[in-house]
Amino acid sequence: MSDNLVTLTIDSQQVTVPAGTTVLEAAASIGIDIPTFCHDPELTKPGACRICVVEIEGVRNLPASCVTAVAEGMVVHTEAPTVVETRKTIIDLLLANHPEDCLTCQKSGDCKLSEYAYRYGVRKPSFEGERHDFPIDDSSPVILRDNNKCILCGKCVRVCEEIQGRSILDFAYRGFNTKVTPALDTDFAQSACVSCGSCVAVCPVGALVEKNMVGVVRPWEVKKVKTTCPYCGCGCNFDLNVKDGKVVGVTSNPASEVNGRHLCVKGRFGYDFIHSPKRLTNPLIRKNGELVEATWDEALGYVARKFSEIKENHGSDALASLSSARCTNEENYLMSKLTRAAFGTNNIDHCARL
Amino acid sequence: MTNSIDEIADADYIFVTGSNTTEAHPIISLRIRWALKKGAKLVVADPRRIELAEMADYYLPIKPGSNIPLFNAMMHTILNEELWNKEFVESRTENFDELKAAVVNFSPEAVEKYTGVPADTIKEVARAYAKAKNATILYTMGITQHSNGVDNVLSIANLAMLCGQIGKPSSGVNPLRGQNNVQGACDMGSLPNVYSGYQPVADAAVNEKFSKAWGCELSLKPGLTVGEMMDAAHHGDLKGLFILGENPVLSDPDINHVKHSLKNLEFLVVQDIFLTETAELADVVLPGASFAEKDGTFANSERRVQRVRKAIEPVGNARPDWQIIAEIGTLMGYPMNYSCPEEIFAEISALTPSYGGISYARLEQGGIQWPCPNPDHAGTKYLHAGQFTRGLGKFHAVDFTGPAELPDEEYPLVLNTGRRLQHYHTGTMTRRTKGLDALLPEDYLEVNPVDACKLGVEDGQQVKVTSRRGEIVIKVKVTERVQPGNVFTSFHFAETAVNYLTNTARDPVCKIPELKVCAVRVERVS
Repeated sequence: MSDNLVTLTIDSQQVTVPAGTTVLEAAASIGIDIPTFCHDPELTKPGACRICVVEIEGVRNLPASCVTAVAEGMVVHTEAPTVVETRKTIIDLLLANHPEDCLTCQKSGDCKLSEYAYRYGVRKPSFEGERHDFPIDDSSPVILRDNNKCILCGKCVRVCEEIQGRSILDFAYRGFNTKVTPALDTDFAQSACVSCGSCVAVCPVGALVEKNMVGVVRPWEVKKVKTTCPYCGCGCNFDLNVKDGKVVGVTSNPASEVNGRHLCVKGRFGYDFIHSPKRLTNPLIRKNGELVEATWDEALGYVARKFSEIKENHGSDALASLSSARCTNEENYLMSKLTRAAFGTNNIDHCARL
Repeated sequence: MTNSIDEIADADYIFVTGSNTTEAHPIISLRIRWALKKGAKLVVADPRRIELAEMADYYLPIKPGSNIPLFNAMMHTILNEELWNKEFVESRTENFDELKAAVVNFSPEAVEKYTGVPADTIKEVARAYAKAKNATILYTMGITQHSNGVDNVLSIANLAMLCGQIGKPSSGVNPLRGQNNVQGACDMGSLPNVYSGYQPVADAAVNEKFSKAWGCELSLKPGLTVGEMMDAAHHGDLKGLFILGENPVLSDPDINHVKHSLKNLEFLVVQDIFLTETAELADVVLPGASFAEKDGTFANSERRVQRVRKAIEPVGNARPDWQIIAEIGTLMGYPMNYSCPEEIFAEISALTPSYGGISYARLEQGGIQWPCPNPDHAGTKYLHAGQFTRGLGKFHAVDFTGPAELPDEEYPLVLNTGRRLQHYHTGTMTRRTKGLDALLPEDYLEVNPVDACKLGVEDGQQVKVTSRRGEIVIKVKVTERVQPGNVFTSFHFAETAVNYLTNTARDPVCKIPELKVCAVRVERVS
């Protein structure tokens, strides 16, 4: 055994991992899924929600697996009866103060609370008592915030501080009144939020969702297509969410090399121009001073004829093209080829200088 | 970029100049934040007190167009105090004596009056740069969009070579590319002087290679840049222009000149996804496809070639742009037959050494950073390790020439232009996106409180901004983000199109227009 490796047993399976690995990570490495709410591999670990507790032989209480480092010879039971009982109680307590509106919740089908309630068979809360009645923050044009659904996992707070460096959201008040909110308990519109949507990307429940997707699409209806952002030169990747042949949203794809799950306001929320009613859908030809719709055959024939005429009458250098930093490499290559081979000139440029 | 984006987080000294990174490159700015968390030093040199300035160890509020005195003065200090990297200069560079002679008159004290930065600050910043383990310089158009933009860049290169802060991880010269595929458009030879992979059109061997591959005779004469095309159209020498996915009526300097030039053409074809301000002037408008409607590749700022994947069919009767371009060629008697973008990419790889090892099959595993000369090559995270492209790195003597148009009595303020977080370029896409337009529905002119007081204007009031070329009316935002004597707005909004005002003065070498400095007058609109 190397000094840096630790061998332990999880649910009767032996696993060897580097020292310092958490029990949660070790379990994940052999395909054992321990529930988590507040844990996120990119963020600091508060070990707060306790849903990831496990039984470790020889340890008196149930430690949170996300903050417990592996030890040599450790024997872990991730679904021991005491563990299951504890998780059920945690879910029960969360549901006791959670709106029962899963039928219309935007997160339905992609909600951790719902997933674990299902997994552990917690149907109705057994505790009755006061429930939150926070106003819904719809002040942002892109993010909808419903604190009534918040389970206080704090991932939005940490992603905003630790990844985005902005600290727009934080915990306010105490005890039952605790809520996640911008400074001075105001709304998004009045805060310094830059609408990057990283909080939406990490929220495990329906407390933070993308406004434009509400009422439009459920998670199981979409086909996801990984692609590259059309805005600045960072080269972020994300998933276009497609339903019925239309782009209905953008969601993070953690496998994105440049950006991981993080995007800016343009990348995450800047897609609905695609289906703008102002899109050009037919070729236009100027006739009697007006641009009027034409067929492709008519338009392309006219374009080719006119360019050929100019080349014939005034020489190749009377023609030029401006290619596009918006378009693909393949299209830029073809523009270069068209200009140089068909037009016969090197008069090609694009907006690199602008 | 000579480095990769993720390397920024491991730099221990970051010098940002002419880049409002948090707004123009938000995801790259995260890496700066992460580096700061690890203890990196941040220096920001910018005429505007941008958000990064608030996070910086040193903020240098330089006067517009004073980059060269700043860099030369930094090098002056580094040479004077013997802080330069002797081993690197000796083994990797040439022309060192010329550099020494060029900066000798640029003492930090002597340049104070040009830069507005105290000499001691320049010295401290210079020392820290020279001594840093991994220093990186990030810049964008604040460096390049000047009538001496090339000299600005050469000056940065001089500084990096002098200190050996290039050719290693997290350490280099990093222009952040502003558009999704501006790197790729350059890589593919959408430039008047080079074919794909920067192979010069004037080179006889290159000419022969492409003539053979493309089956036709090709011109050895470099073509016109965009600004020169506008001038040629203005004079009637250019007759026909094909514009793909660009909106020069809003993006190019001196809109009146651009409009006149385009109207003077015999035949203008615009291919775009919206009827842009430029398309409105066209004889024929061809509906192209958005990024969601076609397959292809983009190359990002760090030279990473990544897939663009078709998610939906083109809307209406729109067609993928590559099909339209190929059809025009074919109809002109030059057959361009391709069944799919992958086939085009294979041709690119075959003709472009830096893309030689990249294929769609490989890109399925993730993006690849060029140069990637063969299928077994993993790609290149950072450039210039061991040697520069030309062999030895050449120092260039760079002298200071100020901006082409400086304020005077009639036009007493300096106008600077740039971007806002919520919008992109001429707003063709973002202004037609509900959420983004709701977040920032109109633009504003940033005016320093001192100037606002002199002009008698308050927040939200309309002002007329006039330059020698045109005028716009825009709301004022009184803010200390701009220094007294300077005003700023973006070029995203057609309603307040700032390029009516900007100057067409260009860098003599690369022909970039001086969009960062022109002289204007601001008046209250009653």
